Amino acid sequence: MISFLALVRKDLKLFFSDRRAVVIGLLVPIVCGTFLGYLFGGQGGDAEPGKVNVLVIDQDNSDISRGLIRQLTDGGNFDLKPATVETARAAIRKGKATAAIVIPKDFGSDAGQALFAGANKPEIGVLYDPSHRVELAMVKGILSGAVLEAVSREMFSGRSGRDTVDESLARVENNPQIAPADRQALGDLLRGVREWNEREAERQNEPSNRNDSSGQSPRSAGLTLPYQTRDQAITSGENIRYNGYAHSIGGMGVQFILFMGLDAGISLLLLRQSGLWQRLRAAPLSRATLLGSRAASASLIAGFILTVLFVFARLVLGVHIRGSFVGLLGICAAFSVMTAAFGLMIAGLGETVEATRGYSIMATLVMVMLGGAWAPTFIFPKWLQRLTVVMPTRWAIDGLDGMTWRGLGFSSALAPIGVLLLFTLLFAAVAVMRFRWRAD
Amino acid sequence: MLEVNNLSKRYGDLVAITGVSFRAGAGETLGLLGPNGAGKTTTVSIIAGLLGADSGEVLIAGKQVKRDTDPVKQMIGLVPQDMALYDPLSARDNLTLFAALYSLAGEKAKRAIDGALDLVQLTDRAADKVRTFSGGMKRRLNLAAALLHDPQILLLDEPTVGVDPQSRNAIFDNLETLKKRGKTLVYTTHYMEEAERLCDRIVIVDHGKVIANDSVQGLHRLLPATNVIAVELEGVDSFLPEPILALPEVKSAEFVDSTLRVGVHNLARGAPGILRWLADRGYSYHRISSEQPDLETVFLSLTGRSLRDSQ
Repeated sequence: MISFLALVRKDLKLFFSDRRAVVIGLLVPIVCGTFLGYLFGGQGGDAEPGKVNVLVIDQDNSDISRGLIRQLTDGGNFDLKPATVETARAAIRKGKATAAIVIPKDFGSDAGQALFAGANKPEIGVLYDPSHRVELAMVKGILSGAVLEAVSREMFSGRSGRDTVDESLARVENNPQIAPADRQALGDLLRGVREWNEREAERQNEPSNRNDSSGQSPRSAGLTLPYQTRDQAITSGENIRYNGYAHSIGGMGVQFILFMGLDAGISLLLLRQSGLWQRLRAAPLSRATLLGSRAASASLIAGFILTVLFVFARLVLGVHIRGSFVGLLGICAAFSVMTAAFGLMIAGLGETVEATRGYSIMATLVMVMLGGAWAPTFIFPKWLQRLTVVMPTRWAIDGLDGMTWRGLGFSSALAPIGVLLLFTLLFAAVAVMRFRWRAD
Repeated sequence: MLEVNNLSKRYGDLVAITGVSFRAGAGETLGLLGPNGAGKTTTVSIIAGLLGADSGEVLIAGKQVKRDTDPVKQMIGLVPQDMALYDPLSARDNLTLFAALYSLAGEKAKRAIDGALDLVQLTDRAADKVRTFSGGMKRRLNLAAALLHDPQILLLDEPTVGVDPQSRNAIFDNLETLKKRGKTLVYTTHYMEEAERLCDRIVIVDHGKVIANDSVQGLHRLLPATNVIAVELEGVDSFLPEPILALPEVKSAEFVDSTLRVGVHNLARGAPGILRWLADRGYSYHRISSEQPDLETVFLSLTGRSLRDSQ
């Protein structure tokens, strides 16, 4: 036991002796985690969400097209800028804009008539960057709602709307192909619209409404979406907002602790080539003492890194442990031990230091990527989400999420802890079986 | 104290050592002399339990090392050829760790550490980090680390590689002190002068085999010549010494670094003939000296080549 403790103490002293490396080792996951956390919403969306860069080419320049542009601008989802077709194409090709909306000539009149008659629908061109398909769907959805509101508002209250209704009424009344009863019904509808339109115009001319700088009717005169959504984030409790940093700090902690484990494995490989290994092997030490002490020190260092990260996240980034604190400790401890076993396995499987460093970095990055440390696994395709349960990192990250912002209880920590410990046994078994004890 | 019987070890097709046997008693310093790759380190590694032998046995005070934690290992101290120290730690921290590997802690460990530091004269640098030490100081600390548990047998694998003459002498002084304390020292080296100065008995190893095992005096008796005449030739880069072997009294000849070294039975009778032979063939020389044959000559005599050339 004296030798075991001395070896652990030595590893810890060596780790803390290089203070610059310790600081950098802690700073890098903090910086990366903070950055990713900010991108994923920071502390509950206090930060203004990024707007989609959209260009608009107004070839119509009608009341309806201007109203549509105003509607899109006021929606707050787009950073909308005017452009020509050529400049829009160039900007999208260079990645400066996500999409461009081309409002064609005569859009206003064609859209108005299409609203009532359903024919001759004008086409709004949408130019887009193929690497932004998700934003494209968003642009088209928002555009649909805005067009419906802008066109119907103009039809029910605008000057061009009155002209369009008059034209439509004349066409209906003079169209012999429409059955008399239908002609009567359509005429009544259009006359009702015209009457509504005239009243709206009078209302807008009243002195109390004339000074409205927006130029719009104080109430929407057109069609609007017949529903609103009430968004409610389901977190660990009422009035508790999602904190994007909780996931990212956990994820980056997992990544950089795995790198620490990798370093521990590589250093063991280097040790085996040195006189120190001969000195250690010449002493009456069991193999369990030699490898166990290395695993214990790596676990303690991993635990230390996780502790610093979560303390920083609590104090600076407002990350709370909403779930079981004991569960969090359990997951951190299990992941730390697993990392240590991972390092030993690397040392066991490694032949040369250079080759081992290469393939173990690749393995670590794959584990981190598929475990959801960079981006949450819920954005993965379904098949990949099912596949990644074989990754210990997935269990660690999901477990940390559960104990932090999801606010789950200790029972939810048992599965991640169990799986991580199983991986620990697996890695340790491979390490013991493959470790070459003879000095190189 | 130490008995090595018929050790053999192969690495694939390569025979590292074969049939290596020797003994060393308490207070005796045994030198393992041979060129690099001769099998010295392999032999020491097997004695220390770092390597398993394919055949043969090593007995420490009559007992074999059978497992990693065998108490017999307490009787062995190893000074590896590579520096076996943690540079970022202080000398005392290093020694505290190495003492703990042999279950030494507390006051017992402190006494052992103080004693070892005193022996290698590093007491005043105990708190300094090893990375601030010179090469010679590191070598001395490397030695001290092997002494903490007071082993009966000290295995020294080329412990003076890369050190300055002053530190080398300091290490020799340390080893002579240990010898006086009754320790058995096994000292591997390819420096003949080190072996001659320190060792009571020398085992010469070449190509994995023991080619001689005797005291220094005994090895000298193996030589056909008892004296060497060294002639530094002027402006000669290459020289075939074989014709000189035909001269009376001459038993061996070699030419290394512009110096012709000729072994003769009788210096007074042999030297004039050699000098005349050189003069007749137009060779001029600017220095002549005579010397007692050293282990280099022994190695040359036994293997037909110089130890230096074999490095």
